[in-house]
Amino acid sequence: MSIELRHASFRYPDNYLANDDLNLVVEQGESVAIVGQNGAGKTTAVKMLNGLYRPTKGDVLVDGVNTREKTAAVIGRTVGYVFQNPDDQIFNQNVRAEIEYMPRRLKMPEPEMKRRVDRAVELTGLKKYMGKNPFDIPYPIRKFVTIADVLAMEPKYIIFDEPTAGQDKHGTELLENLLKVLKAEGVGVVTITHDMEFVARNFDRVVVMAKKRIIADDTAKAVFSNDEVMEQAKLKKPQICQVAEMAGLGKGILTIEELVELL
Amino acid sequence: MALIEIRDVTYKYPFTKKPALHDVNCSIEKGKFYGVIGENGGGKTSLCNLMRGLIPHFYNGELTGIVNIDGTEVRDWNTGELAAKIGYVFQNPFTQISGIKPTVFEEIGMGLENLGMEKEAMIHRILEVSKELDIEDLLQKDPNAMSGGQRQRVAFASILAMDQDIMVIDEPTSQLDPQTTEKVFDIIGQLKNSGKTIILVEHKIDLIARYCDEVILMQGGTIVRQGATADILTDTSIEELGAVVPQTALFGHAMVRAGKSLERIPITVEDAVEQIRKWKEVQA
Ligand SMILES: Nc1ncnc2c1ncn2[C@@H]1O[C@H](COP(=O)(O)OP(=O)(O)OP(=O)(O)O)[C@@H](O)[C@H]1O
Ligand SMILES: Nc1ncnc2c1ncn2[C@@H]1O[C@H](COP(=O)(O)OP(=O)(O)OP(=O)(O)O)[C@@H](O)[C@H]1O
Ligand SMILES: [Mg+2]
Ligand SMILES: [Mg+2]
Repeated sequence: MSIELRHASFRYPDNYLANDDLNLVVEQGESVAIVGQNGAGKTTAVKMLNGLYRPTKGDVLVDGVNTREKTAAVIGRTVGYVFQNPDDQIFNQNVRAEIEYMPRRLKMPEPEMKRRVDRAVELTGLKKYMGKNPFDIPYPIRKFVTIADVLAMEPKYIIFDEPTAGQDKHGTELLENLLKVLKAEGVGVVTITHDMEFVARNFDRVVVMAKKRIIADDTAKAVFSNDEVMEQAKLKKPQICQVAEMAGLGKGILTIEELVELL
Repeated sequence: MALIEIRDVTYKYPFTKKPALHDVNCSIEKGKFYGVIGENGGGKTSLCNLMRGLIPHFYNGELTGIVNIDGTEVRDWNTGELAAKIGYVFQNPFTQISGIKPTVFEEIGMGLENLGMEKEAMIHRILEVSKELDIEDLLQKDPNAMSGGQRQRVAFASILAMDQDIMVIDEPTSQLDPQTTEKVFDIIGQLKNSGKTIILVEHKIDLIARYCDEVILMQGGTIVRQGATADILTDTSIEELGAVVPQTALFGHAMVRAGKSLERIPITVEDAVEQIRKWKEVQA
Protein backbone atom coordinates (compact mmCIF):
# COMPACT_ATOMS: atom_id res chain seq x y z
CA MET A 1 0.00 0.00 0.00
CA SER A 2 1.42 3.37 -1.01
CA ILE A 3 0.82 6.70 -2.67
CA GLU A 4 2.93 7.39 -5.68
CA LEU A 5 3.89 10.06 -8.20
CA ARG A 6 5.05 8.40 -11.41
CA HIS A 7 6.68 10.75 -13.90
CA ALA A 8 4.05 13.25 -12.83
CA SER A 9 4.08 16.81 -14.20
CA PHE A 10 1.63 19.62 -13.63
CA ARG A 11 0.91 22.75 -15.63
CA TYR A 12 -1.42 25.48 -14.30
CA PRO A 13 -4.16 26.92 -16.54
CA ASP A 14 -2.01 30.04 -17.11
CA ASN A 15 0.46 27.63 -18.76
CA TYR A 16 3.01 27.77 -15.94
CA LEU A 17 4.74 24.40 -15.46
CA ALA A 18 4.94 23.89 -11.67
CA ASN A 19 5.99 20.22 -11.42
CA ASP A 20 8.31 18.55 -13.88
CA ASP A 21 8.55 14.75 -13.93
CA LEU A 22 8.19 13.91 -10.25
CA ASN A 23 8.78 10.42 -8.91
CA LEU A 24 7.94 9.62 -5.31
CA VAL A 25 6.62 6.67 -3.35
CA VAL A 26 5.33 7.00 0.20
CA GLU A 27 4.38 3.73 1.86
CA GLN A 28 1.58 3.45 4.33
CA GLY A 29 3.04 3.93 7.82
CA GLU A 30 5.94 5.99 6.54
CA SER A 31 6.60 9.57 7.63
CA VAL A 32 8.23 11.88 5.10
CA ALA A 33 9.14 15.56 5.17
CA ILE A 34 9.08 17.67 2.00
CA VAL A 35 11.28 20.76 2.10
CA GLY A 36 12.44 23.27 -0.48
CA GLN A 37 12.44 26.82 -1.74
CA ASN A 38 9.31 28.95 -2.13
CA GLY A 39 7.60 28.23 -5.39
CA ALA A 40 9.47 24.93 -5.88
CA GLY A 41 6.16 23.13 -6.40
CA LYS A 42 5.60 21.41 -3.04
CA THR A 43 1.95 22.39 -2.62
CA THR A 44 1.23 21.56 -6.24
CA ALA A 45 2.80 18.11 -5.86
CA VAL A 46 0.82 17.15 -2.78
CA LYS A 47 -2.39 18.41 -4.34
CA MET A 48 -1.76 15.82 -7.05
CA LEU A 49 -1.22 13.16 -4.36
CA ASN A 50 -4.65 13.80 -2.90
CA GLY A 51 -6.47 14.13 -6.18
CA LEU A 52 -7.22 17.86 -6.03
CA TYR A 53 -5.11 18.19 -9.17
CA ARG A 54 -4.67 15.60 -11.91
CA PRO A 55 -1.20 15.40 -13.44
CA THR A 56 -1.08 16.99 -16.87
CA LYS A 57 1.50 14.29 -17.72
CA GLY A 58 2.37 11.04 -15.98
CA ASP A 59 0.38 9.26 -13.29
CA VAL A 60 -0.53 9.40 -9.63
CA LEU A 61 -1.41 6.15 -7.89
CA VAL A 62 -3.19 5.73 -4.57
CA ASP A 63 -2.96 2.17 -3.31
CA GLY A 64 -2.39 1.13 -6.89
CA VAL A 65 -5.39 2.98 -8.33
CA ASN A 66 -4.80 5.77 -10.84
CA THR A 67 -6.27 9.05 -9.53
CA ARG A 68 -7.75 9.70 -12.96
CA GLU A 69 -10.22 6.90 -12.32
CA LYS A 70 -11.65 8.39 -9.13
CA THR A 71 -13.20 11.67 -8.03
CA ALA A 72 -11.22 14.01 -5.79
CA ALA A 73 -13.81 13.48 -3.06
CA VAL A 74 -13.22 9.74 -3.04
CA ILE A 75 -9.43 10.01 -3.11
CA GLY A 76 -9.61 12.61 -0.35
CA ARG A 77 -11.02 9.98 1.98
CA THR A 78 -7.90 7.86 1.58
CA VAL A 79 -5.42 10.75 1.35
CA GLY A 80 -6.38 13.63 3.64
CA TYR A 81 -4.89 17.06 2.89
CA VAL A 82 -4.48 19.92 5.35
CA PHE A 83 -4.26 23.10 3.27
CA GLN A 84 -1.41 25.60 3.57
CA ASN A 85 -3.94 28.40 4.03
CA PRO A 86 -6.60 27.25 6.52
CA ASP A 87 -9.06 29.78 5.11
CA ASP A 88 -9.17 27.80 1.86
CA GLN A 89 -10.43 24.80 3.78
CA ILE A 90 -12.82 26.05 6.48
CA PHE A 91 -16.38 26.95 5.64
CA ASN A 92 -18.51 26.25 8.69
CA GLN A 93 -19.45 28.93 11.21
CA ASN A 94 -18.55 26.91 14.27
CA VAL A 95 -15.56 24.73 15.13
CA ARG A 96 -17.64 21.73 16.16
CA ALA A 97 -19.78 21.92 13.02
CA GLU A 98 -16.61 22.25 10.96
CA ILE A 99 -15.03 19.09 12.37
CA GLU A 100 -18.29 17.12 12.23
CA TYR A 101 -19.12 18.23 8.72
CA MET A 102 -17.59 15.40 6.69
CA PRO A 103 -18.48 12.54 9.06
CA ARG A 104 -22.08 13.83 9.02
CA ARG A 105 -22.10 14.11 5.26
CA LEU A 106 -20.96 10.52 5.02
CA LYS A 107 -23.85 9.62 7.37
CA MET A 108 -21.54 8.07 9.89
CA PRO A 109 -23.35 6.54 12.89
CA GLU A 110 -23.49 9.00 15.82
CA PRO A 111 -21.27 7.00 18.26
CA GLU A 112 -18.59 6.47 15.62
CA MET A 113 -18.67 10.14 14.71
CA LYS A 114 -18.40 11.12 18.35
CA ARG A 115 -15.43 8.83 18.89
CA ARG A 116 -13.61 10.27 15.91
CA VAL A 117 -14.35 13.89 16.69
CA ASP A 118 -13.36 13.45 20.35
CA ARG A 119 -10.07 11.93 19.29
CA ALA A 120 -9.39 14.66 16.73
CA VAL A 121 -10.15 17.35 19.31
CA GLU A 122 -7.97 15.69 21.91
CA LEU A 123 -5.01 15.44 19.54
CA THR A 124 -5.31 19.06 18.42
CA GLY A 125 -6.06 20.63 21.81
CA LEU A 126 -9.16 22.36 20.49
CA LYS A 127 -11.52 21.62 23.36
CA LYS A 128 -11.95 25.19 24.52
CA TYR A 129 -12.58 26.48 21.01
CA MET A 130 -15.41 24.12 20.08
CA GLY A 131 -18.18 26.72 20.29
CA LYS A 132 -16.26 29.46 18.49
CA ASN A 133 -16.43 30.71 14.95
CA PRO A 134 -13.26 29.43 13.23
CA PHE A 135 -12.67 32.85 11.68
CA ASP A 136 -12.56 34.51 15.12
CA ILE A 137 -9.73 32.37 16.42
CA PRO A 138 -6.05 33.05 15.78
CA TYR A 139 -4.42 31.72 12.62
CA PRO A 140 -2.23 29.00 14.24
CA ILE A 141 -5.20 27.56 16.10
CA ARG A 142 -7.33 27.76 12.98
CA LYS A 143 -4.70 25.55 11.38
CA PHE A 144 -5.40 22.96 14.09
CA VAL A 145 -9.09 23.14 13.21
CA THR A 146 -8.25 22.07 9.66
CA ILE A 147 -6.00 19.33 11.03
CA ALA A 148 -8.89 18.07 13.18
CA ASP A 149 -11.14 18.11 10.08
CA VAL A 150 -8.82 15.67 8.39
CA LEU A 151 -8.13 13.56 11.49
CA ALA A 152 -11.86 12.98 11.97
CA MET A 153 -11.92 11.30 8.57
CA GLU A 154 -9.22 8.85 9.72
CA PRO A 155 -7.60 8.56 6.28
CA LYS A 156 -4.81 6.06 5.58
CA TYR A 157 -2.50 8.87 4.48
CA ILE A 158 -2.34 12.47 5.67
CA ILE A 159 -0.58 15.43 4.09
CA PHE A 160 0.22 18.48 6.20
CA ASP A 161 1.10 21.63 4.25
CA GLU A 162 3.20 23.96 6.43
CA PRO A 163 1.67 23.00 9.79
CA THR A 164 4.59 24.58 11.65
CA ALA A 165 4.06 28.09 10.25
CA GLY A 166 3.45 30.54 13.08
CA GLN A 167 3.24 27.86 15.76
CA ASP A 168 4.57 28.55 19.22
CA LYS A 169 6.33 26.02 21.44
CA HIS A 170 3.10 24.44 22.57
CA GLY A 171 1.69 24.18 19.03
CA THR A 172 4.92 22.64 17.77
CA GLU A 173 4.84 20.08 20.59
CA LEU A 174 1.24 19.22 19.74
CA LEU A 175 2.32 18.59 16.16
CA GLU A 176 5.25 16.43 17.22
CA ASN A 177 3.00 14.34 19.41
CA LEU A 178 0.50 14.02 16.58
CA LEU A 179 3.20 12.75 14.22
CA LYS A 180 4.17 10.10 16.77
CA VAL A 181 0.58 8.97 17.25
CA LEU A 182 -0.03 8.71 13.50
CA LYS A 183 3.17 6.78 13.01
CA ALA A 184 2.22 4.32 15.76
CA GLU A 185 -1.15 3.85 14.09
CA GLY A 186 0.47 3.10 10.74
CA VAL A 187 -0.83 6.19 8.96
CA GLY A 188 1.35 7.41 6.09
CA VAL A 189 2.30 11.06 6.63
CA VAL A 190 3.75 13.69 4.32
CA THR A 191 4.66 17.00 5.97
CA ILE A 192 5.75 20.11 4.10
CA THR A 193 7.72 22.49 6.29
CA HIS A 194 10.34 25.23 6.20
CA ASP A 195 11.40 24.54 9.79
CA MET A 196 14.65 22.61 9.60
CA GLU A 197 14.91 22.13 13.37
CA PHE A 198 11.50 20.47 13.20
CA VAL A 199 12.68 18.23 10.36
CA ALA A 200 15.84 17.25 12.24
CA ARG A 201 13.81 16.30 15.32
CA ASN A 202 10.97 14.40 13.66
CA PHE A 203 11.88 12.89 10.31
CA ASP A 204 14.24 10.23 9.04
CA ARG A 205 13.32 10.59 5.40
CA VAL A 206 13.48 13.99 3.70
CA VAL A 207 12.42 14.86 0.15
CA VAL A 208 13.90 18.06 -1.23
CA MET A 209 12.32 20.09 -4.03
CA ALA A 210 13.81 22.90 -6.09
CA LYS A 211 12.67 24.49 -9.33
CA LYS A 212 9.76 22.15 -10.14
CA ARG A 213 11.71 18.97 -9.40
CA ILE A 214 12.65 16.56 -6.64
CA ILE A 215 16.39 16.96 -6.21
CA ALA A 216 16.97 14.66 -3.23
CA ASP A 217 15.18 11.90 -1.34
CA ASP A 218 17.34 10.65 1.51
CA THR A 219 17.89 10.49 5.26
CA ALA A 220 17.86 13.77 7.18
CA LYS A 221 21.53 13.28 8.01
CA ALA A 222 22.47 12.83 4.36
CA VAL A 223 20.38 15.76 3.19
CA PHE A 224 21.79 18.12 5.80
CA SER A 225 25.30 17.01 4.85
CA ASN A 226 24.79 17.80 1.17
CA ASP A 227 25.78 21.42 0.62
CA GLU A 228 24.79 21.51 -3.01
CA VAL A 229 21.26 20.33 -2.31
CA MET A 230 20.92 22.76 0.59
CA GLU A 231 21.99 25.64 -1.61
CA GLN A 232 19.79 24.76 -4.59
CA ALA A 233 16.70 24.38 -2.43
CA LYS A 234 17.46 27.55 -0.42
CA LEU A 235 17.59 25.60 2.81
CA LYS A 236 19.64 26.10 5.92
CA LYS A 237 21.06 23.48 8.17
CA PRO A 238 19.76 23.22 11.71
CA GLN A 239 21.74 25.43 14.10
CA ILE A 240 23.57 22.62 15.84
CA CYS A 241 24.55 21.17 12.50
CA GLN A 242 25.98 24.56 11.46
CA VAL A 243 27.91 24.97 14.70
CA ALA A 244 29.44 21.49 14.45
CA GLU A 245 30.47 22.02 10.88
CA MET A 246 31.91 25.51 11.38
CA ALA A 247 33.82 24.34 14.44
CA GLY A 248 35.32 21.55 12.34
CA LEU A 249 33.65 18.76 14.30
CA GLY A 250 31.99 17.01 11.38
CA LYS A 251 28.95 16.98 9.14
CA GLY A 252 25.39 15.88 9.75
CA ILE A 253 25.47 16.41 13.55
CA LEU A 254 21.85 17.06 14.46
CA THR A 255 21.48 17.02 18.23
CA ILE A 256 22.94 18.94 21.16
CA GLU A 257 23.86 15.65 22.87
CA GLU A 258 25.96 14.55 19.89
CA LEU A 259 27.71 17.91 19.82
CA VAL A 260 28.49 18.02 23.54
CA GLU A 261 29.76 14.46 23.32
CA LEU A 262 32.21 15.45 20.57
CA LEU A 263 33.88 18.07 22.77
CA MET B 1 11.13 61.00 25.22
CA ALA B 2 10.58 57.59 23.70
CA LEU B 3 9.17 57.31 20.17
CA ILE B 4 6.28 55.15 21.33
CA GLU B 5 5.30 55.24 24.98
CA ILE B 6 2.73 52.83 26.36
CA ARG B 7 1.56 53.32 29.94
CA ASP B 8 -0.79 51.03 31.91
CA VAL B 9 -2.71 49.96 28.87
CA THR B 10 -5.56 47.51 29.09
CA TYR B 11 -7.66 46.73 26.05
CA LYS B 12 -10.68 44.61 25.21
CA TYR B 13 -11.80 43.93 21.64
CA PRO B 14 -15.49 44.67 21.01
CA PHE B 15 -17.87 41.98 22.28
CA THR B 16 -15.21 40.23 24.31
CA LYS B 17 -15.01 39.80 28.07
CA LYS B 18 -11.36 39.08 28.62
CA PRO B 19 -8.85 41.81 27.81
CA ALA B 20 -6.47 40.94 24.95
CA LEU B 21 -3.93 43.29 26.58
CA HIS B 22 -3.64 44.19 30.23
CA ASP B 23 -1.26 46.34 32.27
CA VAL B 24 1.08 46.84 29.33
CA ASN B 25 3.98 49.22 29.83
CA CYS B 26 6.79 49.78 27.38
CA SER B 27 8.90 52.38 25.64
CA ILE B 28 10.09 52.07 22.08
CA GLU B 29 13.23 54.08 21.36
CA LYS B 30 13.87 55.59 17.96
CA GLY B 31 16.25 53.61 15.73
CA LYS B 32 16.11 50.34 17.64
CA PHE B 33 15.08 46.88 16.48
CA TYR B 34 12.64 45.13 18.82
CA GLY B 35 11.71 41.47 18.63
CA VAL B 36 8.33 40.54 20.05
CA ILE B 37 8.06 36.88 21.00
CA GLY B 38 5.76 34.61 22.97
CA GLU B 39 3.05 32.04 22.80
CA ASN B 40 0.04 32.00 20.48
CA GLY B 41 -2.67 34.29 21.80
CA GLY B 42 -0.15 36.04 24.04
CA GLY B 43 -1.08 39.47 22.67
CA LYS B 44 1.71 40.09 20.14
CA THR B 45 -0.57 41.09 17.27
CA SER B 46 -2.71 43.16 19.61
CA LEU B 47 0.42 45.03 20.73
CA CYS B 48 1.17 45.69 17.04
CA ASN B 49 -2.38 46.94 16.50
CA LEU B 50 -1.88 49.29 19.41
CA MET B 51 1.48 50.64 18.24
CA ARG B 52 0.14 51.20 14.74
CA GLY B 53 -2.94 52.97 16.15
CA LEU B 54 -5.40 50.44 14.72
CA ILE B 55 -6.44 50.17 18.34
CA PRO B 56 -8.43 52.41 18.91
CA HIS B 57 -8.91 53.91 15.41
CA PHE B 58 -10.02 50.75 13.62
CA TYR B 59 -10.85 48.38 16.48
CA ASN B 60 -13.22 50.05 18.89
CA GLY B 61 -13.55 48.24 22.15
CA GLU B 62 -12.37 49.43 25.55
CA LEU B 63 -8.99 51.07 25.81
CA THR B 64 -7.60 52.48 29.05
CA GLY B 65 -4.14 53.91 29.72
CA ILE B 66 -1.88 56.05 27.60
CA VAL B 67 -0.40 55.44 24.15
CA ASN B 68 1.83 58.18 22.92
CA ILE B 69 3.28 58.04 19.42
CA ASP B 70 5.99 60.55 18.56
CA GLY B 71 4.76 63.02 21.14
CA THR B 72 1.06 62.83 20.35
CA GLU B 73 -1.56 60.77 22.12
CA VAL B 74 -2.80 58.08 19.73
CA ARG B 75 -6.41 59.26 19.91
CA ASP B 76 -5.32 62.68 18.62
CA TRP B 77 -3.49 61.35 15.55
CA ASN B 78 -5.08 61.71 12.14
CA THR B 79 -5.41 58.17 10.75
CA GLY B 80 -4.00 59.05 7.33
CA GLU B 81 -0.94 60.65 8.88
CA LEU B 82 -0.42 57.65 11.13
CA ALA B 83 -0.56 55.34 8.13
CA ALA B 84 2.10 57.42 6.40
CA LYS B 85 4.31 57.32 9.49
CA ILE B 86 4.00 53.66 10.46
CA GLY B 87 4.11 50.73 8.05
CA TYR B 88 2.36 47.53 9.07
CA VAL B 89 2.90 44.07 7.63
CA PHE B 90 -0.02 41.92 8.74
CA GLN B 91 0.40 38.48 10.20
CA ASN B 92 -1.53 36.53 7.61
CA PRO B 93 -0.07 36.96 4.11
CA PHE B 94 -3.22 35.48 2.67
CA THR B 95 -5.25 38.45 3.92
CA GLN B 96 -2.72 41.22 3.25
CA ILE B 97 -2.99 40.77 -0.50
CA SER B 98 -5.85 43.03 -1.56
CA GLY B 99 -7.27 40.61 -4.11
CA ILE B 100 -8.51 43.52 -6.22
CA LYS B 101 -5.44 44.12 -8.36
CA PRO B 102 -4.82 42.01 -11.47
CA THR B 103 -1.02 41.91 -11.20
CA VAL B 104 1.64 41.81 -8.52
CA PHE B 105 3.03 45.04 -9.95
CA GLU B 106 -0.20 46.91 -9.29
CA GLU B 107 -0.61 45.23 -5.92
CA ILE B 108 2.72 46.67 -4.76
CA GLY B 109 1.86 50.02 -6.33
CA MET B 110 -1.41 50.35 -4.47
CA GLY B 111 0.07 51.60 -1.20
CA LEU B 112 2.31 54.05 -3.04
CA GLU B 113 -0.67 55.40 -4.92
CA ASN B 114 -2.40 55.97 -1.61
CA LEU B 115 0.64 57.91 -0.42
CA GLY B 116 0.22 60.11 -3.51
CA MET B 117 3.51 59.15 -5.13
CA GLU B 118 4.17 60.25 -8.73
CA LYS B 119 3.94 57.62 -11.43
CA GLU B 120 7.59 57.60 -12.43
CA ALA B 121 8.90 57.45 -8.89
CA MET B 122 6.39 54.75 -8.18
CA ILE B 123 7.56 52.49 -11.00
CA HIS B 124 11.14 53.02 -9.93
CA ARG B 125 10.31 52.09 -6.36
CA ILE B 126 8.33 48.97 -7.32
CA LEU B 127 11.21 47.69 -9.42
CA GLU B 128 13.67 48.45 -6.66
CA VAL B 129 11.89 46.43 -3.95
CA SER B 130 11.06 43.63 -6.38
CA LYS B 131 14.70 43.23 -7.13
CA GLU B 132 15.57 43.24 -3.46
CA LEU B 133 13.04 40.50 -2.70
CA ASP B 134 13.68 38.51 -5.86
CA ILE B 135 10.11 38.71 -7.13
CA GLU B 136 10.81 40.38 -10.48
CA ASP B 137 9.64 37.27 -12.33
CA LEU B 138 6.30 37.49 -10.58
CA LEU B 139 5.43 41.13 -11.35
CA GLN B 140 3.01 40.28 -14.16
CA LYS B 141 1.44 37.38 -12.32
CA ASP B 142 -2.04 37.37 -10.77
CA PRO B 143 -1.46 37.78 -7.00
CA ASN B 144 -3.99 35.01 -6.40
CA ALA B 145 -2.03 32.51 -8.49
CA MET B 146 1.06 32.38 -6.32
CA SER B 147 2.54 29.98 -3.78
CA GLY B 148 2.21 30.80 -0.07
CA GLY B 149 5.75 32.09 0.23
CA GLN B 150 5.47 34.18 -2.92
CA ARG B 151 2.38 35.89 -1.51
CA GLN B 152 4.18 36.65 1.71
CA ARG B 153 7.07 38.20 -0.20
CA VAL B 154 4.69 40.37 -2.19
CA ALA B 155 2.89 41.44 1.00
CA PHE B 156 6.22 42.43 2.53
CA ALA B 157 7.36 44.19 -0.65
CA SER B 158 4.18 46.30 -0.66
CA ILE B 159 5.02 47.69 2.77
CA LEU B 160 8.75 47.92 2.21
CA ALA B 161 8.04 50.07 -0.86
CA MET B 162 6.35 52.73 1.27
CA ASP B 163 9.48 53.39 3.30
CA GLN B 164 7.86 54.63 6.52
CA ASP B 165 9.89 55.71 9.57
CA ILE B 166 8.45 53.08 11.86
CA MET B 167 7.78 49.53 10.72
CA VAL B 168 5.54 47.14 12.60
CA ILE B 169 6.03 43.71 11.08
CA ASP B 170 3.96 40.74 12.26
CA GLU B 171 5.48 37.35 11.41
CA PRO B 172 6.77 38.21 7.92
CA THR B 173 8.55 34.90 7.36
CA SER B 174 6.05 32.25 8.48
CA GLN B 175 5.71 30.85 4.94
CA LEU B 176 9.25 31.53 3.70
CA ASP B 177 12.04 29.12 2.92
CA PRO B 178 15.08 29.40 5.22
CA GLN B 179 17.30 31.44 2.90
CA THR B 180 14.54 33.84 1.96
CA THR B 181 13.74 34.22 5.65
CA GLU B 182 17.34 35.18 6.27
CA LYS B 183 17.15 37.65 3.39
CA VAL B 184 14.08 39.32 4.87
CA PHE B 185 15.87 39.67 8.20
CA ASP B 186 18.85 41.16 6.39
CA ILE B 187 16.61 43.72 4.74
CA ILE B 188 14.97 44.58 8.04
CA GLY B 189 18.41 44.87 9.61
CA GLN B 190 19.40 47.35 6.91
CA LEU B 191 16.25 49.37 7.53
CA LYS B 192 17.30 49.65 11.14
CA ASN B 193 20.80 50.72 10.11
CA SER B 194 19.27 53.45 8.00
CA GLY B 195 17.64 54.86 11.13
CA LYS B 196 14.21 53.26 11.11
CA THR B 197 12.53 51.87 14.16
CA ILE B 198 11.45 48.25 13.88
CA ILE B 199 8.95 46.24 15.87
CA LEU B 200 8.99 42.65 14.63
CA VAL B 201 6.89 39.72 15.81
CA GLU B 202 8.59 36.42 15.07
CA HIS B 203 8.78 32.84 16.32
CA LYS B 204 12.15 32.09 14.69
CA ILE B 205 14.21 32.58 17.76
CA ASP B 206 17.61 32.04 16.13
CA LEU B 207 17.05 35.08 13.93
CA ILE B 208 15.63 37.19 16.75
CA ALA B 209 18.84 36.34 18.62
CA ARG B 210 20.99 37.46 15.76
CA TYR B 211 19.29 40.68 14.71
CA CYS B 212 17.30 42.30 17.52
CA ASP B 213 18.56 44.88 20.00
CA GLU B 214 15.83 44.13 22.49
CA VAL B 215 13.30 41.42 23.10
CA ILE B 216 9.75 41.85 24.36
CA LEU B 217 8.25 38.60 25.66
CA MET B 218 4.47 38.45 25.94
CA GLN B 219 2.25 36.00 27.70
CA GLY B 220 -1.42 36.12 28.58
CA GLY B 221 -1.87 39.63 27.23
CA THR B 222 0.97 41.34 29.00
CA ILE B 223 4.72 41.88 28.74
CA VAL B 224 6.45 39.40 31.04
CA ARG B 225 10.06 40.18 30.08
CA GLN B 226 11.74 43.01 28.25
CA GLY B 227 15.42 43.71 27.86
CA ALA B 228 18.63 43.23 25.92
CA THR B 229 18.37 40.20 23.60
CA ALA B 230 21.20 38.16 25.13
CA ASP B 231 19.93 38.74 28.69
CA ILE B 232 16.48 37.43 27.87
CA LEU B 233 17.38 34.55 25.56
CA THR B 234 20.10 32.90 27.64
CA ASP B 235 17.74 32.53 30.57
CA THR B 236 16.04 29.13 30.30
CA SER B 237 13.28 30.18 32.68
CA ILE B 238 11.61 31.89 29.72
CA GLU B 239 10.56 28.40 28.60
CA GLU B 240 8.05 28.44 31.43
CA LEU B 241 6.69 31.67 29.97
CA GLY B 242 5.99 30.01 26.63
CA ALA B 243 9.16 31.15 24.85
CA VAL B 244 11.73 29.11 22.98
CA VAL B 245 15.42 29.29 23.90
CA PRO B 246 17.82 29.26 20.91
CA GLN B 247 19.48 25.89 20.21
CA THR B 248 22.89 27.49 20.62
CA ALA B 249 21.99 28.70 24.14
CA LEU B 250 20.64 25.25 25.04
CA PHE B 251 23.94 23.85 23.80
CA GLY B 252 25.77 26.30 26.07
CA HIS B 253 23.73 25.14 29.06
CA ALA B 254 24.29 21.48 28.15
CA MET B 255 28.03 22.16 28.14
CA VAL B 256 27.76 23.58 31.67
CA ARG B 257 25.92 20.46 32.81
CA ALA B 258 28.58 18.26 31.20
CA GLY B 259 31.26 20.11 33.18
CA LYS B 260 32.60 21.79 30.05
CA SER B 261 31.43 25.36 30.60
CA LEU B 262 32.06 27.84 27.82
CA GLU B 263 33.08 31.40 28.65
CA ARG B 264 29.51 32.53 28.11
CA ILE B 265 26.21 31.12 26.86
CA PRO B 266 26.04 31.78 23.11
CA ILE B 267 22.83 32.82 21.33
CA THR B 268 24.10 32.72 17.76
CA VAL B 269 25.91 30.15 15.64
CA GLU B 270 28.89 32.47 15.18
CA ASP B 271 29.25 33.02 18.89
CA ALA B 272 28.89 29.30 19.64
CA VAL B 273 31.70 28.55 17.20
CA GLU B 274 33.85 31.27 18.76
CA GLN B 275 33.17 29.96 22.27
CA ILE B 276 34.09 26.43 21.23
CA ARG B 277 37.35 27.72 19.74
CA LYS B 278 38.27 29.48 22.97
CA TRP B 279 37.28 26.49 25.07
CA LYS B 280 39.51 24.22 22.99
CA GLU B 281 42.40 26.63 23.41
CA VAL B 282 42.03 26.48 27.17
CA GLN B 283 41.89 22.67 27.06
CA ALA B 284 45.04 22.45 24.96
N1 LIG C 1 -3.15 28.87 -9.27
C1 LIG C 1 -1.96 29.04 -9.86
N2 LIG C 1 -1.87 29.48 -11.14
C2 LIG C 1 -0.67 29.64 -11.74
N3 LIG C 1 0.52 29.40 -11.14
C3 LIG C 1 0.49 28.97 -9.87
C4 LIG C 1 -0.74 28.77 -9.16
N4 LIG C 1 -0.46 28.34 -7.92
C5 LIG C 1 0.87 28.28 -7.86
N5 LIG C 1 1.46 28.64 -9.02
C6 LIG C 1 2.90 28.70 -9.32
O1 LIG C 1 3.43 27.38 -9.30
C7 LIG C 1 4.70 27.35 -8.65
C8 LIG C 1 4.67 26.32 -7.55
O2 LIG C 1 3.74 26.73 -6.55
P1 LIG C 1 3.52 25.89 -5.22
O3 LIG C 1 2.40 26.53 -4.50
O4 LIG C 1 3.40 24.45 -5.54
O5 LIG C 1 4.92 26.15 -4.50
P2 LIG C 1 5.43 25.72 -3.04
O6 LIG C 1 6.67 24.90 -3.22
O7 LIG C 1 4.33 25.12 -2.27
O8 LIG C 1 5.89 27.12 -2.45
P3 LIG C 1 5.71 27.77 -0.97
O9 LIG C 1 6.86 27.25 -0.16
O10 LIG C 1 5.90 29.22 -1.22
O11 LIG C 1 4.37 27.41 -0.46
C9 LIG C 1 4.97 28.79 -8.18
O12 LIG C 1 5.91 29.40 -9.00
C10 LIG C 1 3.63 29.49 -8.28
O13 LIG C 1 3.77 30.84 -8.68
N1 LIG D 1 -10.10 40.97 16.34
C1 LIG D 1 -10.23 40.34 17.52
N2 LIG D 1 -11.42 40.28 18.16
C2 LIG D 1 -11.54 39.65 19.33
N3 LIG D 1 -10.53 39.06 19.99
C3 LIG D 1 -9.31 39.09 19.42
C4 LIG D 1 -9.10 39.72 18.16
N4 LIG D 1 -7.80 39.60 17.83
C5 LIG D 1 -7.24 38.89 18.86
N5 LIG D 1 -8.14 38.60 19.80
C6 LIG D 1 -7.87 37.89 21.07
O1 LIG D 1 -6.88 38.61 21.79
C7 LIG D 1 -5.94 37.71 22.40
C8 LIG D 1 -4.54 38.06 21.95
O2 LIG D 1 -4.46 37.74 20.56
P1 LIG D 1 -3.27 38.20 19.62
O3 LIG D 1 -3.70 37.92 18.23
O4 LIG D 1 -2.86 39.57 19.95
O5 LIG D 1 -2.13 37.17 20.06
P2 LIG D 1 -0.75 36.80 19.35
O6 LIG D 1 0.28 36.79 20.41
O7 LIG D 1 -0.52 37.66 18.19
O8 LIG D 1 -1.00 35.30 18.88
P3 LIG D 1 -0.47 34.50 17.59
O9 LIG D 1 0.89 33.97 17.91
O10 LIG D 1 -1.46 33.39 17.49
O11 LIG D 1 -0.49 35.39 16.42
C9 LIG D 1 -6.39 36.31 22.04
O12 LIG D 1 -7.13 35.79 23.11
C10 LIG D 1 -7.24 36.52 20.81
O13 LIG D 1 -8.24 35.52 20.71
MG1 LIG E 1 3.24 25.73 -0.64
MG1 LIG F 1 -0.32 37.28 16.16
